[in-house]
Amino acid sequence: MDAKVISIIAASVAVSIGSIGPALGEGRSVAAAMDAIARQPEAAGTISRTLFVGLAMIETMAIYCLVIALILLFANPYA
Amino acid sequence: MTPASPLASAVVFHLGAVRVTRPVVTTWAIMAVLALGSWSVTRRLRAEPARGQALLELLVTGIEGQIEEVVRRQARPLLPLLGTLFIFLLTANVCGILPGVQAPTGRLETPAALALVVFLSVHWYGVRGRGLRGYLGSFARPKLIMLPLNVLSEITRTFSLMVRLFGNIMSGEFLIALVLALAGLFVPIPLMALELLVGVVQAYIFSVLATVFIGAAASEDS
Repeated sequence: MDAKVISIIAASVAVSIGSIGPALGEGRSVAAAMDAIARQPEAAGTISRTLFVGLAMIETMAIYCLVIALILLFANPYA
Repeated sequence: MTPASPLASAVVFHLGAVRVTRPVVTTWAIMAVLALGSWSVTRRLRAEPARGQALLELLVTGIEGQIEEVVRRQARPLLPLLGTLFIFLLTANVCGILPGVQAPTGRLETPAALALVVFLSVHWYGVRGRGLRGYLGSFARPKLIMLPLNVLSEITRTFSLMVRLFGNIMSGEFLIALVLALAGLFVPIPLMALELLVGVVQAYIFSVLATVFIGAAASEDS
């Protein structure tokens, strides 16, 4: 296999495996925020703002994988 | 058919030796629209507001209230920077929906410049908030051994601010281009609606994170 084929496989592996962790993390945090809002509906504004910022932080990990995949596909230093 | 590489941007014209790319031109257009719009709305302010002024007041007091909730202090000194940042990001993220316009935040250089602005203003407001000694001392907290980690986290969080905005906007555009190439003319419309939502949320998140970073650098108790 030449470097190009390996890069394409590596890009798809990076995105598919790299999105598992953030997906689990985001699911847990949304579930916890739902629970908190159900217990304390008057704090919904603060909770959802914190939730959005936290989701953005978690999502960054998946975006890192995406950027690495794009570098492999479009700006590959080896192929 | 493969879409154009999202890591390169098209050169529109040359200004001497400087290559002016398409995101830069779009950014100039957005700046002109925002500046002219703000100028024309604020030219005749009255005590009982007309429609445009009421909208403007709603926006400004809304942003001020949001900043105040995060930093828990007077929001007035931070309002020009963060308010402008939010309005610019909102326009830049959403303008990709216009035909023929590419969102400038979907290319690496615009998010990089914005993240650099946030990085520098964190230090500026930190030094202004608690003095040079106090601010530099805050890097050695809670123990001196945390110093390298604190410096590293300054760099990585700026980097992640940049990559988050770039990745979200660019991946949306990329996805729309791919679906358009594979499926046809009207298929990507739901994706474009989703991309509008993502643009607004990312503008909000970028501004909130900038507020959190600046507020944490400027306050004594962090």
